[in-house]
This record gives sequence, structure tokens and C-alpha cells, in this order.
Amino acid sequence: MSMTRQAEPAVGTPPAPGPGQRDGRTAERPLVLRMLARPEVGVFLGAVAVLVFFLVAAPAVRQGSSMATVLYQSSTIGIMALPVALLMIGGEFDLSSGVAVVSSALTASMLSYQLTLNIWMGVIVALVVSLAIGAFNGWMVVRTGLPSFLVTLGTFLILQGVNLAVTKMVTGNVATDDISTMDGFDQAKAIFASSFDVGGVQVKITVVWWLVFAALATWVLLRTKYGNWIFAVGGNKDSARAVGVPVNLTKITLFMAVGFGAWFVGMHQLFSFNTVQSGEGVGQELIYIAAAVIGGCLLTGGYGSAIGPVFGAFMFGMVNQGIVYAGWNPDWFKAFLGVMLLGAVLINLWVQRTATRR
Amino acid sequence: MTSDTTGTHGAVLQDTTPDENGPIVELRGAGKSYGNIRALHGVDLTVFPSRVTCVLGDNGAGKSTLIKIISGLHQHTEGDFLVDGQPVRFGTPREALDKGIATVYQDLATVPLMPVWRNFFLGSEMTKGPWPVRRLDIARMKQTADRELRNMGIVLDDLEQPIGTLSGGQRQCVAIARAVYFGARVLILDEPTAALGVKQSGVVLKYIAAARDRGLGVIFITHNPHHAYMVGDHFSVLRLGTLELSAERSAITLEELTNHMAGGAELAALKHELAQVRGVDVEELPEADELTAPVAQPSPEGTS
Repeated sequence: MSMTRQAEPAVGTPPAPGPGQRDGRTAERPLVLRMLARPEVGVFLGAVAVLVFFLVAAPAVRQGSSMATVLYQSSTIGIMALPVALLMIGGEFDLSSGVAVVSSALTASMLSYQLTLNIWMGVIVALVVSLAIGAFNGWMVVRTGLPSFLVTLGTFLILQGVNLAVTKMVTGNVATDDISTMDGFDQAKAIFASSFDVGGVQVKITVVWWLVFAALATWVLLRTKYGNWIFAVGGNKDSARAVGVPVNLTKITLFMAVGFGAWFVGMHQLFSFNTVQSGEGVGQELIYIAAAVIGGCLLTGGYGSAIGPVFGAFMFGMVNQGIVYAGWNPDWFKAFLGVMLLGAVLINLWVQRTATRR
Repeated sequence: MTSDTTGTHGAVLQDTTPDENGPIVELRGAGKSYGNIRALHGVDLTVFPSRVTCVLGDNGAGKSTLIKIISGLHQHTEGDFLVDGQPVRFGTPREALDKGIATVYQDLATVPLMPVWRNFFLGSEMTKGPWPVRRLDIARMKQTADRELRNMGIVLDDLEQPIGTLSGGQRQCVAIARAVYFGARVLILDEPTAALGVKQSGVVLKYIAAARDRGLGVIFITHNPHHAYMVGDHFSVLRLGTLELSAERSAITLEELTNHMAGGAELAALKHELAQVRGVDVEELPEADELTAPVAQPSPEGTS
């Protein structure tokens, strides 16, 4: 006994300081700087700038109906940009998201038309197929450890080929047959592709869905366990796993969320145009990713917000329609977008550097 | 251990608390092979509450493999691994955590861009509300994180700051405080002082002592015998995947420990060769017969 007393380790317990004590090393940063450090503030300012620019340059934008069109355009990008942004925060990409939209619409359309089922059967099967595509992407990524860029590039090419080949095989055409006379069409259209009246202006229902999904995504991201895990798996996968976060589950469900978004947008396209062109959707995935990046999400994961991509998608819709309303040659659209993307990324970078500097 | 533990492991711990005298974690002849490479072989290790067990060894000695087995990242391929006297085999770190074995890794297992309080509760978040609207209890988490950090002597102004903005020592201490709070009974520290300066190392050693005084069994992995000797109760030196030395504090001096750690026997053999080379000072190196520290492990009852 005395042996151990004698050989007692040299270091004792530190004194516990009372509450209320501060270490005094961090000065309170000004509110403006703290605001700027939020991921969505840069893109918010950018969206306001683009809006003001077109309000001045294109008088036609000032009408309510034009604004409704801009919002509609934004919503179709924005609904997909949300899950794509969450996935990006979780540290992965999905290049197949653009064609997955078309795959979903094709599935619903052809299944119900060829088997003369109620349209809802097609819609539900399409949801299952979309979620399965997402789950496959996620499973491949976590299982193989390959970069999601490669895995989803593969899925992208597969889906692109399957979309065309199967549609031609089934319908003998590159587009599906018109489904507008089938059972359940009107109900489904009411949910996915109707309009409603706000003070004499027709607003598409996708705008409402867009904002509902954005609110939901924000809540999940900032206020739930799952949201915490999204940041963690994107920020440092190994650390997250070591403290008990189910990394694989989180990533797979994020890919499935993209699948859900693809299904929703696919259904919207199907019920607003009645037919689906099987070759569409290529290139859209980059638009979604760009909207997420403009929205302040870090390409490498671990940082971002759900509200940022809302403004990112709005910038896209605004520029897209603004060019038309301003009477300019729409050929310039993509060039304008490219400049906007680079500008937004640089502004984000600058804002973050300035605001997080201590 | 904290009496006011409200984390997710609190309930589990009540059930698994063993009799006070036995070891919490025990390895008997444990080993691990990766294919045909034997990284660890025949290692005995016991961890008792309120005691610091130091595992020393040079790079590649098998220290990392050892903690990976205990923390549930890898599984042992030979020997026995017992927790509270029951043989176990962990599939995931989560299972080890549920048994009260928490590991503070070299990279600290923190997510740099996330705020301190989110990191503190990562993987074991507090929630409130019924399922569809179950949400993080942010106020309670911040309050608890602040209180726990202060109890460990860490004062931070702003728990919202990304943990990446803290210094290495501070991050280490947050990670230790987190493990202590979540009801860890065994705390594994993987080279906590390796990347730190002298003063910060001292701070971390203090928290190791604080954790020990709270009744935790600590496994302190290091390759610095001086740091080990300041807090350790038992010392195990690994070399080339096997146990070279296992000694109670009372049975070994810092000098002997240092010699073993530095591969003393090898150095002694090298001494004669080096003596032929001009400019190499061999006076301070030990002779082989000076290294007489006990290799057999004394029974723990005899010293506690």
C-alpha cells in the first residue's frame, strides 16, 4: 500500500472554474460579420442584385405574371437543387439526377399506359424505381468507396441509354403516348402540375411545393439528429463513424432523397406536358449542382444550407426569364449563367474568408 | 463518472456495472493478423477503474492495432478480449461505446467545420418531442456542453465556433470531456500529446488525471515515457507487435522505462558497433545487463 502512495502519479486534478467565467480571448465579432459567415447570405445578396438588375433592365419583369413565371422556372430547378444540396453537404455528388427525372416520368407514363392501369399505380411504381436508383447509387458509393462522381457518371450513362432504348422498344417512338385521358390523371395533375390564383396572377403549385420542401429541408438540416449527421459525414466521415454516426445509412438515404426529388419533378413534367421526351434531362444535373454551389454549399462537403440553394435556383430562374423579358438574344443565357456561377463562387469565397477570419 | 449523466448511454451503464475490484477491460494473449502479417501477438493488458494504464511503443509497434481492437474498429484474431469478465467481439465502435469504452483518436474524431457543441454531442444527440417532429434539444445540449467543459476546466466563450478554430490541446480536452460525459468507463487516448507543445501537453495530462479521479480506467497510448510516467499506474511497452514489458509503477523507474521504450536492448547491442564510428557519443547508452526491469506482470491486487 505504502508503495503505491509513494509512487503516486505526479499530476493532480485541475481546479474547476466557476460558471460565468470567460477565457477572454475571443472578442465578440460584429453582427454584420457574423451574418456574412452564414452560408446563404452571399447568395441572398447575389439574388437580390440579379433581381434589381432585371427590374431595371427589363420593365416587363415588373408584372406579377412575369414574376410567377420566374418563380415557376426557379421551382423546377429548386425542388431538385434541395436534395442535391443536402447530398453535397453530405460529401457526395449525383450526376444521374438529371436523367433520373426523365426515367421516373417514363416509368409512370409507360407503365400506366401500356397496362391501362390507374395513373396512380404508375406514379407509385415510379416512386419506388426512383428511390431504388438512389439507393443503388448510395449503396455502390459506400460499398466500393469509389468517388460518387464515377459511380453516378456510370448511372447517368446507363439511365440515358435505358431511357431511349426502352421507350423506343415499348412505344416505337422517342416520346411516350399522351396519358391525359387516363383514370386518375386529373387528380395527379392537381397535385403535381396545377395552378392557383393569387390576386389575378396564375401561380404554379410547384412554387408552393418548392418552398414547403425548402422549409422541411432546413428544419431537418439544422434541427434534427439526421441533419447533424449530414454535416458530420460530409465534414469528416471517419470521425463521424468513430463517434457512432451511421455513415452508410446517412449517405444512402441522401441519395434516396435525390431519387425522391427526381420522382417529384418527373411527375410534374409528366402531368404538365402529358408526354415525356425520352432524351431529355441531360445536362440538368449540372444545373442542380451549380444552384447548390451558388447557394453556398461547399463542393467538398460539410458546409452549406438548404435555404441557400433556394436563392441559387431563384437566380437561375431570374436570369433565364429575365433575358427573355429584356428582349436579348437567349443564346447568351448559358454564358450569363457561367459568369454568374463563377461570380457567386468568388463572392462566397471572399465572404467566408472575411467573415471567418479571427 | 458523472452522476447526472443524461446521455444515451446512461441507462445501459447501470445494467453493466461490474463488481468494483475486477478489471473493466482485459486482454489475454490477444493478437491480430492482417492477412499474413501479424501486427499484434500474445498481448496481455488489464484496465482497472481509477487507474492509468500506459501503452508505450515505437512507431509500428502495434499500439494502433491494440486500440483499434479495444475500440471496436477491428477484431482480434487470436486470444481473448473480455469486458467485465465477459468475452466480447465488437463489430462497430458503437458497440464499444455502449459498453462504456470511449476512444479519443489521434485525429480527435471531430468534424472541424461543425460548432463545438454539435461536435460534443455528435452521434449521441439529445432530442425532444415525439417522432415526426423529434428535434434537437439545442438549449439543453449547449448548456450541458458548457457545464461539462467547465467541470473539466475548459472555458470557451463561444460554443458556436467551429471546433477547427480551437487549438490542438483545446480540441483534445473537448474530446476527453465528451468521452467522460458520455459515461465512458474506459477512456482510450491515442497519443494525445504527440502533436502538442510542452505547455499544452501538461494541460492534457491534467485532464487525464481528472478523468482518472472521476473513476475512469484510462489507457494512455504514447511514445513519450516522460509523459507516461507523470500520470501512469501501470506501463506496458510494445515492440514489434509483442509485449516487451509490463510493470507496475512501483516496480520501475523512469530511466528503466525510457530505456525499454527507446529499444534499450537493441541500443546496447548497437553501442559496440557505434563505438567504432567517430563522432557518435555512446557513453550515455546503457549496457544490456543494466536492463533488468521485470517483464512478468504482477497481480493487480498486490498494488492497489
